[in-house]
Amino acid sequence: MNGERARLAYLDHAATTPMRETAIAAMAPYLADQFANPSGSHRFSRSARTAIDEARDDVAEVLGCAPGEVVFTSGGTEGDNAAIFGAVRRHGGVAVCSAAEHHAVLHCVEHLGGVVVAVDKHGVINVDELQLALDNVASRGERVAVVSVMAVNNEVGSITPMRDVARVVRGSAKGAVLHSDAVQAACWLDVRDIVTVTDVVSFSAHKFGGPKGMGVMVVKAGTTLEPLIMGGGQERDRRSGTLNVAGIVATAAALRSTADSRATEVVRVAELKRALVSGIMSQLPDTIETIPTSASVPGVAHLCIAGIESEALLYLLDEAGVCASAASACASGAMEPSHVLQAMGVEPRYVQGALRLSLGHTTTEHDVATAIDAIVHSVRRLRHQQ
Amino acid sequence: MKVLVAMSGGVDSSVAAAELRREGHEVVGVTMRLWGGESDTGCCSVSDVDDARRVAQQLRIDHLVFNFSDDFDTHVVNPYVEAHRTGTTPNPCIECNRHLKFDRLSQRARLLGFDAVATGHHARIERQPSGVWRVIRGADAAKDQSYVVHMLDQKELAYTLFPVGHLTKAQVRERASELGLRTATKPDSQDVCFISKTGGRETFLGHRIPFRAARVVDESGTELGSVEAVEMVTIGQRRGLRLAGGAPKQFVLDVNVETRTVVVGAETSLQLSDLRAERMMWSHEPLPIGSEVMVQTSAHGATQSALIEEVSSDTVVLQWREPQRRTAPGQSVVLYDASDRAVLAGGIVA
Repeated sequence: MNGERARLAYLDHAATTPMRETAIAAMAPYLADQFANPSGSHRFSRSARTAIDEARDDVAEVLGCAPGEVVFTSGGTEGDNAAIFGAVRRHGGVAVCSAAEHHAVLHCVEHLGGVVVAVDKHGVINVDELQLALDNVASRGERVAVVSVMAVNNEVGSITPMRDVARVVRGSAKGAVLHSDAVQAACWLDVRDIVTVTDVVSFSAHKFGGPKGMGVMVVKAGTTLEPLIMGGGQERDRRSGTLNVAGIVATAAALRSTADSRATEVVRVAELKRALVSGIMSQLPDTIETIPTSASVPGVAHLCIAGIESEALLYLLDEAGVCASAASACASGAMEPSHVLQAMGVEPRYVQGALRLSLGHTTTEHDVATAIDAIVHSVRRLRHQQ
Repeated sequence: MKVLVAMSGGVDSSVAAAELRREGHEVVGVTMRLWGGESDTGCCSVSDVDDARRVAQQLRIDHLVFNFSDDFDTHVVNPYVEAHRTGTTPNPCIECNRHLKFDRLSQRARLLGFDAVATGHHARIERQPSGVWRVIRGADAAKDQSYVVHMLDQKELAYTLFPVGHLTKAQVRERASELGLRTATKPDSQDVCFISKTGGRETFLGHRIPFRAARVVDESGTELGSVEAVEMVTIGQRRGLRLAGGAPKQFVLDVNVETRTVVVGAETSLQLSDLRAERMMWSHEPLPIGSEVMVQTSAHGATQSALIEEVSSDTVVLQWREPQRRTAPGQSVVLYDASDRAVLAGGIVA
């Protein structure tokens, strides 16, 4: 695999990023000798419990919250579901989100018959529209149960100023739970800023170098949610299920390592992204950078290339050893038209040629150079033949 | 050759991919995502994609999924609904072949550098000594699908492969079992993929067009009753007309959605001496007037002999040797050579 990976330019870090060595090393003992269930009362359990407690302290410190506010989950999707269903079931009322949310949020809100608020041309929630939506709910005599707004968009990488969102929600929907899907933020932003202004935040471990099937949800003290998963009440009754010891210690290790290297990684990856985008755009006319660099995270370069279809481009890139993506895939594996680009009002001829190149901790200059060559060559070929 | 094989998740396309692999081609499998709505009939469902992908994995070939659902809506579903609204009887599987498999998919394959597209249809493609390509009936007469792939022109024929056309269905299943493919005993798909078994055609259309009641009259215009939805009535239909019992069997002879009238009569009144087809596609060149052809008007119907009475750029009038039961407008008619082996042309009954 390592040999194969060396030949590939992997630019799909927003889908998942390779596990960090520290995370792999941290989890290994808990897959072998230290197998105990941390909820038990014997020495084996106590040792596993210690590992969980230390991991929770670590995670809390990085996220800027109290250890008791950290809930380990199975991933970002669970955190999103738990926040929205949990708030509506506990408090009653309307769920509100932006039109560019990940399906893990959007489908929950739609399922509950909630309100979906328009986004601006960068895919960021329009705070005036949000204000209007919250006022509308109030004028109907209803209460808002939860407002869910993503910190960083998973498709296009745009950053939402959560402080502005919080101001509107605190002013116009008192008592509402403010949730943020911060899955794509962990590598690039100081997430303490998001945690500070919100009530519930969800993260996914495999997006920052931890294992798949692990997530972290911050539930601030004073915020109550009806649990999504009931049973033994392992996570202080907010979530049940035997604690995934290996997953939890690996998540903590990956998060710590992400936070420690964030300042330098943000600079390094931003430089790579600039080279990638300018290398492509300087050679391919009729291509737009969907979100300006100043308004997006360093890890996501999103381009819309007129005159081609993403599916065809991705095939040629795959052949050339470049792993990239377009929009989200459905259960069959087919690419679905992007609801994010539609909500942003991108012209159809550009939507068809959407390309997401996402960078991460293993991305090199060589990856960028390989990708530029492959993309320019493939797009020219497709445009020439069509 | 580098071949893109369309894999529906059924046994035929599974074996088609296996045959190509065995012959040493560089093979990539693709499943087209066509229908985005509800379905329980199989085709296009996630479980079929799973089957196709597992077979591809077993054969050690790459498997892709292409989302052509917009094109499917435009070229297959919407025309299907529109046909019912205007009182004709469409054949969506043929339109899917025409616009999706042998147009959209083959265009994409060319764009991506493939040398050919393959499917699991039971038909063969032959190049005649003259250099002309022809669709030939499949080796298994009972499973022959040349009728549904009749629209292939010379360019597409030269680019298409039917790797199981020379096999019987039993042989296809046998090869699938030998290879341990999970699709070996999977039943054939029978129904229109976008119409659910539970709701059927009526529910599907009912959600998309308003049904209008119609008078049922005999050939002299005498009113015999009524039907609730003229859009659901097809020429040749006998059941569901809610006519009084005891009388001789009545068949639908004509449907007029404008005047909301269904004309019924004896089966003998359905017999016609000729048939007019439009939107004719000749796989090579049109035959001259007076030529004898064998004619098939449904997917598994018997063929009948006819003479070409009139022919123009996109129309043909056929004179039956023996009067034949009327074919509903909208259905496909396919002309074979006098030996009933090679497809010459196809069109839509006017």
